[in-house]
This record gives sequence, structure tokens and C-alpha cells, in this order.
Amino acid sequence: MGGFQRHRRSKLIIANFSGFEADLLRSLAGQLVELLRNEAAVPRDDSADPFEAMFDFSGPTQAPEDPVLARLFPTAYPADEEAAAEFRRFTEGTLRDGKADAAITIIDTLEEAGLPTELAEEGLVIDVELDEPTAETWMRSFTDLRLALATRLGVEEGDEAFWYALPDDDARAQAHDIYEWVGYLQETLVQALTD
Amino acid sequence: MTAPVEVEPTLTPDEITLTAKPWVTIVWNDPVNLMSYVTYVFQKYFGYAKDKAEKLMMEVHEDGKSVVSHGSREEMERDVQAMHEYGLWATMDKQD
Repeated sequence: MGGFQRHRRSKLIIANFSGFEADLLRSLAGQLVELLRNEAAVPRDDSADPFEAMFDFSGPTQAPEDPVLARLFPTAYPADEEAAAEFRRFTEGTLRDGKADAAITIIDTLEEAGLPTELAEEGLVIDVELDEPTAETWMRSFTDLRLALATRLGVEEGDEAFWYALPDDDARAQAHDIYEWVGYLQETLVQALTD
Repeated sequence: MTAPVEVEPTLTPDEITLTAKPWVTIVWNDPVNLMSYVTYVFQKYFGYAKDKAEKLMMEVHEDGKSVVSHGSREEMERDVQAMHEYGLWATMDKQD
């Protein structure tokens, strides 16, 4: 598994994954889509007039409670609550849809490349060939996946030694390995797009 | 790291004040985003040359944050939203 490369003749961005790897990527992307759609992007201002609140469908005004969503949709105006709420109202819905669509692109590409719904066959290899816009979509979504994994794990700057010292059978060590693997894939994808 | 302020010679002083670029987009460091990716985003979205994109990326990495663009409030809201699309931690502020 050598990550992504730009094919010299077709200029497409190519990679091949084992069935297990492709299934893992699909599962991560699927979880992200679920998270983005689960905690509804609706106003949650309890102090507002309930009647008025019922007719306010325009978008959320408060930062999401889930730390992953809070990181994916940061507060644009840290010192101005009102402006921050307005910004969120007009952007968060679009951003959520964009991120969900990007994750779905990963799932669709893998399935179109032959990843079955249920992984059964051994030795399955999934070849993906991405044009530049699709490769960029994958690259952006890898960021969202890595931000989600890192937020759940509590990854901090320069904490590699902590993760490497965990015993192999520790679930956090395994999750961190996946986080690093997606980072490796993203690094090769950025490189391939720059070539 | 100031973008050149384009001033049309025919503008009156009042118009110049109005077209000034009083807002900034700030990108903050996080332990997740790859240096290569952040540089790529600055090149791709802002159209910055590789040198400038790398310099801004290093500022984010070493100083914890960097001002990556200047403009009107509307322009900066667009930039901040685009940075969030790319998964970068961006905020906006009025220039000092």
C-alpha cells in the first residue's frame, strides 16, 4: 500500500487499497456522515420565545455541543457573540452539507471501484482513480476524518511518544494507528495533487 | 504579511476610506492539519505563490496563528467559511 500517486499518462490520482482498508475508509466516512446529520443543525436557544423559535428554520446560532462538530465548525468571531451567531446561522448548514457530501464521495468511489456491501472475499484489491476535483474532495474529507479521530482521541501537539508507549491491544493505540494511516494517505494525496 | 492595498487613482479620500481593508482572516495552529496540506490550501484558495503560502503556514505552526488575508467584512466572512470548508481553524477580526 503506497498511498496516492499521479498516473504519468492519464494524470489521474490513483491508489489501491486492500478490501480491509477500503472497508475501514468507508466505515470512517459513514460515521462522519452520521455525526454530521445526527446532531441537528437547528437553533437551540431555550431563552427564545418558543413560538418564534418554532418558525426559525434558518440555521443554528450556537456552537455544536459535540466536540468534533465544534472543531469542524469553529466560532468565526470569538469576541462577538452576536456576529458569531449570525455567521453560524448562514454558514453551518452549507458547511455540514459540503462535508457530508465529501464523505459520501469517498464511499461512492470505493463502492463503484468494487467494494462490496459486506466484505467477504479475501485478497480483494480496490483500485481507485480520481480526477483532480474528486481527489481534492477526498483530501478535504480526510482532514475532517482526521479532525474527528484526533478530537475523540485527544491528540495534542508533539504527543507521539504517549501513543507509541500504549500497549498494542489498547483500543486507543489502534485508533491512533488509524489516525496516522489516514494522515499518511492524506500526505501522499497532497503530494500527488502538487506533482 | 500585508497584502498590497489597491487604490484606484480616481477615488476621492472618502472612497479610499470606504474601500480600505479593515478586516482580517486569522488561521490558528492545530495539532492535526499537515503542513503540506495547509500550504496547499493557502496556494489553492488564495492563489498565493508557494513561498508566501509556506511562510504563512510556518507562522501558523510556530507562532500559533497567522493573518492570511485582508479585506472587507464580507470578503473575510467568505474566506473564513472557505477555511472551515478545508478544515482549518479560522476566525476573523477587525484589523488593529
